[in-house]
Amino acid sequence: MTLDPITLSVIQAGLQQVCDEMDLAFSRAAFSPVIAEANDRSDGIYAAADGALIAQGAGGLPVFVGTMQESTRILIDRIARGLTAPPEPGDIYIVNDPYLGGTHLMDVRFARPFYRAGTLYCWLSNTGHWPDTGGAVPGGFSASATAVEQEGLRLPPVKLFKRGEMDAEIYAIICSNIRVADQRIGDVRAQAAALDLGADRLNALMDRYGDATVTAAIAELRARAATQMRQHIRAIPEGDHSAVAWIDSDGVVNEPLAIRLTVRRTGDDLCFDFTGSAPPCLGPMNSVRATTLSSVYLAMRHIFPDVPISAGAFEPLEVTGIEGTFLDAQYPRPVSGCAAEVSQRIAEAVFAALVPALPDRVTAAPAGTSGNFALGGHDPARGRDYVMYQLSGGGYGGWAGGDGLSNGCSTIGISKAPPVEIMEQAFPVLYHRYALREGSAGAGEHRGGFGLDYEIEIRRGQAKASFVMDHGRFGPQGALDGEDGAPGEVTVWQSGQPMTPEHLSKAQDIPLGPGDRVRVKTPGGGGYGPAFARDPARVAEDVRLGRFSARQARDLFGVVLRDGPGAEVDLAATVALRQTPHD
Amino acid sequence: MAQDRSGIVAGIDVGGTFTDLVQLDRATGAVRLAKVATTPGNQAFGVMAALGAAGGDLAALDLIVHGTTTTTNAVLERKLSRTGLITTAGFRDVLELGRRTRPQAYGMTGQFTPVIPRDLRLEIPERMDAAGEVVIPLDEAALHAAARTLLDRGCEAVVVHFLHAYANPAHEIRAGEILAPLWPNDHVTLGHAILQESREFERGVTAAVNAAVQPILDRYLTRLRAELSAGGYRRDVLVMTGNGGMVSARQAAREAAKTVMSGPATGVMAAAYTGRVAGIENLITYDMGGTSTDVALIRGAEPAVSSEIEIEYAMPIHVPMVDVRTVGAGGGSIARVTAAGLLQVGPHSAGADPGPICYGRGGKEPTISDANLILGRLDPAKLPSTEVIAPAEVARRFAAPLGLDVTEAAQAVIRMANTHMAGAIRMVSLSLGADPRDFALFAFGGAGPLHAAALARELGVPRVLVPARPGITNAIGCVVADLRHDFVQTINTPVDALPPGRIAGICADHVAEGEALIAGEGVEIRARRHIHSVDMQFTGQTHLLRVPLESPEIDAPDLRARFEAAYFDRFRVRLSDIRAQVVNVNTSVVGVRPALDLSTLIDPAGRKPTLAAAQTGTRRVHFAQGWIETPVYWRDHLPLDAHLQGPAIVEQMDTTILIEPGDSARGDAHGNLILTIGGARP
Repeated sequence: MTLDPITLSVIQAGLQQVCDEMDLAFSRAAFSPVIAEANDRSDGIYAAADGALIAQGAGGLPVFVGTMQESTRILIDRIARGLTAPPEPGDIYIVNDPYLGGTHLMDVRFARPFYRAGTLYCWLSNTGHWPDTGGAVPGGFSASATAVEQEGLRLPPVKLFKRGEMDAEIYAIICSNIRVADQRIGDVRAQAAALDLGADRLNALMDRYGDATVTAAIAELRARAATQMRQHIRAIPEGDHSAVAWIDSDGVVNEPLAIRLTVRRTGDDLCFDFTGSAPPCLGPMNSVRATTLSSVYLAMRHIFPDVPISAGAFEPLEVTGIEGTFLDAQYPRPVSGCAAEVSQRIAEAVFAALVPALPDRVTAAPAGTSGNFALGGHDPARGRDYVMYQLSGGGYGGWAGGDGLSNGCSTIGISKAPPVEIMEQAFPVLYHRYALREGSAGAGEHRGGFGLDYEIEIRRGQAKASFVMDHGRFGPQGALDGEDGAPGEVTVWQSGQPMTPEHLSKAQDIPLGPGDRVRVKTPGGGGYGPAFARDPARVAEDVRLGRFSARQARDLFGVVLRDGPGAEVDLAATVALRQTPHD
Repeated sequence: MAQDRSGIVAGIDVGGTFTDLVQLDRATGAVRLAKVATTPGNQAFGVMAALGAAGGDLAALDLIVHGTTTTTNAVLERKLSRTGLITTAGFRDVLELGRRTRPQAYGMTGQFTPVIPRDLRLEIPERMDAAGEVVIPLDEAALHAAARTLLDRGCEAVVVHFLHAYANPAHEIRAGEILAPLWPNDHVTLGHAILQESREFERGVTAAVNAAVQPILDRYLTRLRAELSAGGYRRDVLVMTGNGGMVSARQAAREAAKTVMSGPATGVMAAAYTGRVAGIENLITYDMGGTSTDVALIRGAEPAVSSEIEIEYAMPIHVPMVDVRTVGAGGGSIARVTAAGLLQVGPHSAGADPGPICYGRGGKEPTISDANLILGRLDPAKLPSTEVIAPAEVARRFAAPLGLDVTEAAQAVIRMANTHMAGAIRMVSLSLGADPRDFALFAFGGAGPLHAAALARELGVPRVLVPARPGITNAIGCVVADLRHDFVQTINTPVDALPPGRIAGICADHVAEGEALIAGEGVEIRARRHIHSVDMQFTGQTHLLRVPLESPEIDAPDLRARFEAAYFDRFRVRLSDIRAQVVNVNTSVVGVRPALDLSTLIDPAGRKPTLAAAQTGTRRVHFAQGWIETPVYWRDHLPLDAHLQGPAIVEQMDTTILIEPGDSARGDAHGNLILTIGGARP
């Protein structure tokens, strides 16, 4: 069947609309603030034969861009091999096994078969981040776990809903193994209802245009997305483009982990070869295959945001060389850092490899960490335990069009930070500052964005602080002779004595009492282009606004300012200084 | 309270391009209309020109209600007055750090400029905690010093924004007392006075915007009142606010942030009024202009109001405002073929300059308006063209970049535009918890009535209401709007822990405060309405669901039952084991203004006795069925009770209404046309 471009465009918009409505329904009805507020969820439509991504909601969390097709593919394969019971109308499978197309255990996937005239036509699936799935620490991010069993309850694909009815026995087992179980029924209902809504909308779309037309359109859209991605790929010079990105440590062994990437263009295809990356690690900074693939896809989508999310867009992208590395961890390696941290370092490797090839498209490295600081303790005034999360942003990389954004959210996320006032309402803490981290931006013709500098004091009761962050040892990479952004810094004051965690960006259960403090300075973004090429007026502006000191203007940017509050450029001295050889 | 002063009422709306006026004499029903060019430098000149064009004696006017974009433009173009911030030590960067976001999900780039630059944001020692207890006392000497520094640095306005001032405003109030004799003018904004809610970024930006537009609005209104007074006008001017109400000009500058989004709200108020009069109280308003389309929801003749509107990336203004959402498609939206060979309409727009190809101002890319022209829906003789381009030439230039036959290309562009807009409207209504099929479409703006029938069919909406004067809807909104004051009190209490009478007590306080404000405005009202609702959630959720209350006297089991019913209605989920919680208690106190007869907006004397007499001719128009020789009517000549069968085109001064084959239209007693959509999709 040949389709006119209009019908094709209308069906594409229709499929997108189905997914966007699922996203909206899921967020609005969810209980978990991670889903409802931070949009840590995604909904999509996947092919019946192989799980290939047909369409996915535009507002889904970026890290899920490639995981759900992998998860659905594995489910289909397991059903074919008799490892999982075959689907019937009204069933919904639940799965959170990281090694079966997942991320970390907290990301729980639902998959619902979609039938037309009694035949399985496609799958509707969604992922939602549950606040807890059991394990050693509340929330699941243990910096010192050495096996997945310590991270929480692991579910293979099983039918939580059978012919439209929830299996109360399976649900009871889940509830007996997770914290704050009483509210999970709300998330389960919201997650299932979103898929039901998607089924209604997809049925309406297919009734309207006809099954044959929609089927033909799906195939054509996939082919066209591939064509579009290939056109972009042709803009990249042929040959090898290499980069290395470093993880500070795995949280258990204090050694950096390398991601070695060579991006190789052959014809219209792009191969991402990770050969030589670090072997699987003892601590939780392992990635699983689905997350590694998804990280490459999301990095490419950041570079080419105009290509629709579709299996076709991923077709020309091949990922190799991950076997035997920490980017393809196998059971029982711990994986809680994979979605939040390792994924961002993979994206950084992609950016760093491609920025010389696509200087107008790619930015210098962004802060690239979720900055997870968890505080668990007891509040004597309220007589109850609490777990507080402070996730933080950092500076983005400079780029051809300008400076990096300050305090942007993680590369793989899209969520808003909670207000200080809300945090202080909910937890026994007092913030002493929530400020722009001066001097943190990587210098460059277009400088990076600035990181965040916050400090928290414990007001009441005993507590334990844990950190799962990154970029504490190495700053986000500068590009095209730009400087790196400042690395993150964590300082903990116990009884007035400052200490820095041994792993810099990772630590588990540091005991704190009233009056003790934690200060976190998040990374600045990498600079783009040589700092001495920066317009002196813009350097002076940053000094006038107190973002850099006059000394930094001279040392980092070669700009000499006259004394006084106006921060005026001494042009002659600046020219002379910039012409002086420097290293 | 003054009685019956509003004999002759003038509504004047200043838009981006035109300043519109509608003047109604309630005694005689006489209507005067005027449309003049907006004068961007000083909008007062355009206002005076509109009054002049309408003729009549300013001294005879009883009330002028004014919608202004002075503050809107100031914010969107960042032409703000120099404003300083005095804030809690450690927190001056809150306005610059935002909520850790980026402008789009994909693409690691973005620009953000805070409302107040960093060198004008000063910190002083003081601190409250979340319970409103003093942690660090206010350092009054530091406050003095900060104020002097800001004055030295040339600030005209100042904001005092302290952490947790919503819980205990004592430090902000004391700072206000200290600043009063020190600051050379009235432009001192205290954060808690504008917004009494937690979230320091949103409250701070709202207060900063208020301060930064205050001197601008104040100067403008002072000039306008002087001009009006010189012209003989003796009354106060009322200014439209973003919640669809109005306040006296003397009060407007105090809470200037409330006027920032008043323009779109005004149109929605006109729609609500028109719908109430016409007996169609559930409406989706659809205002399609040159570059974008505004969409809002009206239930039971009440526009949906939100206190959480972000008017652009990282620019939240959290005061109650009519919830108007903007969709990036308008008549000037450009059609392009993407690299994947798919047709895409918008978000790029040709705007008014160069505009569509058919305007002859150098526009080269095909737009929605060009497609409408090619398909015979627009009359080439009525375009605002500078250079006339032959229709065949428009067609050639239009189709070339799209690689399709001309008619096919035009059809495709309209279809894509309608699919895109319908999808956006569906998302807006769903996000507000409404199924578009339960609503009628209220079509206005220059291009709205041209697309409304097709959109209604796409959305499954059964009816479309086209008001008498779609092109001056905002000015009409000024004359029909009510006095309105909105109140929100956050209580965050589980339903089963609510003391009896708690909600009723809060509502009573709201009503007393609102009544006092309305009495102070000195404007004639014919009735008072008190609208109560609660925002609820299941304990542990973050999103809220609004539950209307017919009466504030409600007991806990009833409240719980209503919430569960509303929740099931919305999400098809029952959660009977989880506690429900009341987060906010809301009251709107409305002073209902005297009713106005809208039927005279089209001069009754001009109406012809028969449909045939109102017909101006026929032209070939393209529909899904192909080219059809279609009758064309002049709106002002239609009999009041006209009944038209599609296909038909109705033209009027400021818009064109398309009635498609299978649809029909009927005039009502108020001068509206009600389209019935044949075969609207379920």
